Amino acid sequence: MDLDLGGDYSEFQDEVRTWLSEHLVGEFRDHRGVGSPTDDTAWDIRVEWERELSKGNWLGLTWPVEYGGRGLRLAQEIVFEYEYARAAAPARVNTQALELVGPTLLAFGSEKQKRRFLPRILAVQEMWGQGFSEPGAGSDLASVRTRAVHDGEQWRIDGQKVWTTFGDRADWLYVLCRTDPDAALRHRGLTLLLVPVAQPGVEVRPIENITRSTEFSECFFNDARTGDDMVVGGVGNGWRVVMTTLGLERGSALMPMQLSAEREVAELIETARASGVLAEPRTRQRLVDAMIGVHIMRSTNLRVVTDLLHPRDTAGSQATTAAATTSKLFASTQHQSLGELAVEILGAGAVFDSDGDAAGKARKLFLLSRAETIYGGTSEIQRNIIAERVLGLPR
Amino acid sequence: MALITTDEQEALRDVMRSFLAKYSTESDVRAVMGGAAGYDTTAWRMAADQIGVQALVIPEEMGGAGYGFDELAIVMEETGRSLFPAPVLSTTVLATSALVAIGGPLAQEYLPRIATGDLIATVAVSEALLHWDPADITTKAEKSGGNWRLSGSKPYVLDGGQAGLIIVAARTGNGVSLFAVESGADGMAVNALESMDQTRRLARVTFDGTPAVLLGDDGLGWQTLRVVYDRALAALACEQVGGAQAALDMTVNYVNMREQFGRPIGSFQAIKHRCADLLVEVESARSAAAYASTAVAAGADDASVAASIAKVYCSQAFYHVAAECIQMHGGIGFTWEHPAHLYFKRAKSSEALFGWPAHHRDRIAALIGLV
Repeated sequence: MDLDLGGDYSEFQDEVRTWLSEHLVGEFRDHRGVGSPTDDTAWDIRVEWERELSKGNWLGLTWPVEYGGRGLRLAQEIVFEYEYARAAAPARVNTQALELVGPTLLAFGSEKQKRRFLPRILAVQEMWGQGFSEPGAGSDLASVRTRAVHDGEQWRIDGQKVWTTFGDRADWLYVLCRTDPDAALRHRGLTLLLVPVAQPGVEVRPIENITRSTEFSECFFNDARTGDDMVVGGVGNGWRVVMTTLGLERGSALMPMQLSAEREVAELIETARASGVLAEPRTRQRLVDAMIGVHIMRSTNLRVVTDLLHPRDTAGSQATTAAATTSKLFASTQHQSLGELAVEILGAGAVFDSDGDAAGKARKLFLLSRAETIYGGTSEIQRNIIAERVLGLPR
Repeated sequence: MALITTDEQEALRDVMRSFLAKYSTESDVRAVMGGAAGYDTTAWRMAADQIGVQALVIPEEMGGAGYGFDELAIVMEETGRSLFPAPVLSTTVLATSALVAIGGPLAQEYLPRIATGDLIATVAVSEALLHWDPADITTKAEKSGGNWRLSGSKPYVLDGGQAGLIIVAARTGNGVSLFAVESGADGMAVNALESMDQTRRLARVTFDGTPAVLLGDDGLGWQTLRVVYDRALAALACEQVGGAQAALDMTVNYVNMREQFGRPIGSFQAIKHRCADLLVEVESARSAAAYASTAVAAGADDASVAASIAKVYCSQAFYHVAAECIQMHGGIGFTWEHPAHLYFKRAKSSEALFGWPAHHRDRIAALIGLV
């Protein structure tokens, strides 16, 4: 069963399909399904692909025209994302900017900031990295200690950030800083600053993750500088701005993840068939459970998407909130189980040898999926959010 | 409860919910549990007269309202939420689906009577197994002198003791066929079962040369049952979602209110995180049931897979939520007077009805070509 988007969107849907079929060719086509917002595989080709998207005006669909966007409705963006994911186009590289910085600037940025930054994001000229977490501030983000001091016409920044995805490729960082250490409530003394990387006071060091790849970095600020005009949403307002940003992060569609999980399950079934383990009833049942998991991811995404496409007042959007809030927890857990199953099905090849494409993929899925219950808010924090904000349980 | 619901469908939900708040209270449910009738006769009549539940998916030309499965799905979710003690699943889902699929003069005769709420009807398929499998059908139908007679036994007939019409799957020389048997027919014995879940009635029905009328074509009964089965699974899944949501709501209310160590127990992460996990399961179950309902309503290619997926996931989710509901209520949740056990038992009986999850995993495996 396919998503029936209704007549309103079918023309736009055709436009997207046509463009993708004409441009997702050659090297781009060879890299279908490659990469993710936290996986730097085939980086250079994906940058090229993103520039191709930019030329076709497919970035920032809902952003206003004056900043280089297309001023389309959310519904059309959903249609685009749906078709993009269906075509398995390579994962975009600058998701930090497209999904987080851009929308944050649109909501809180000054006119000057919007004109300065948004067109360059859409032209794939500037990459962005996030400076939120610190060694001592993970789930408890409000305890950040990176200090920013106002000094004449500029800010001077000292401290350390960590887990900055693609930080070593970033031209700019958006950094949550403590600007008032004396504020009675620690949430009140925070400010979001935009900081250029190319300066002596900023040092970015890649961190090797458990697969020894370097998707994220730590960032050191040692008397780093940024301009007076690089405050987003006002001094002391950082917490509110950042909470909105994180809200955007969680609200962003899990559709690409669902489609890649569907592909992974389908491939795993074929691997199990070829090796003969599909004949084992227990393995078969677990594959069925994996398939049920991705089917439910898909169904939840369809619920959320159709609700966004056909907005109603109260009951519907509440339901969508519940579905959207729980879907990250569900999907990340399912994906980890899938990784475990993949390694078992591939067996010794995945554990001891990593010989061959399928075994390597299984190992990578198994290892990388451990991060999914940590980044973007750990599962424990997700449970707090669900319990307190959706179920209304006391803090 | 489809993927997309219209304003009209949401209005139907509101109507159902306020109707059930009045006619399906916990004391109504308990009265039926202990009563001989097996269902709430007044509420059943009101459901027909005030809302038209029984007429909902019956075509207009057969005395019905002509709505589709999306509307039925909403009704099922709401009846599941309140454990509505009435033969909706048997009459409105099983028998109505079968009769609409078969059509013809007998359907013309029975469906208008179902639509008015005058006739309770059910479908009797499974014998040794709980799931539906043509190989399981040993009840025999033999024709002599132009009349069919049934012999055999159906041990788990939903609302078998309440139904005025039982549609029976029986084997003829041409394969599985469907037959109409009315209550009180010669040679038919109906024995009520003592089900763990007293909110749902089942009966053992045996036939010994019982006269029956062939419904549809001889030997083509399974074609009808395949459609009925997917609708039954999807409808049951919606009912399970309603039950799971009710059990979760009950739990959340309780842990918000119950204080120990000087604070509501819902403020402890040991409780809070479990409630959050239950919401993940309820929402996932809702997605599975919504997809299955939409697929069944559309007659989509993947309707059977979607229906079995919903059966697996919603069964497990409802059971887990109901079990956690008892645990998080502590001692009071284990008492007869508290409603937690009503949902717990309903969850287990729904998990078994139409086949255990393990069977449906096998069905999915077969449908998607893993075996």
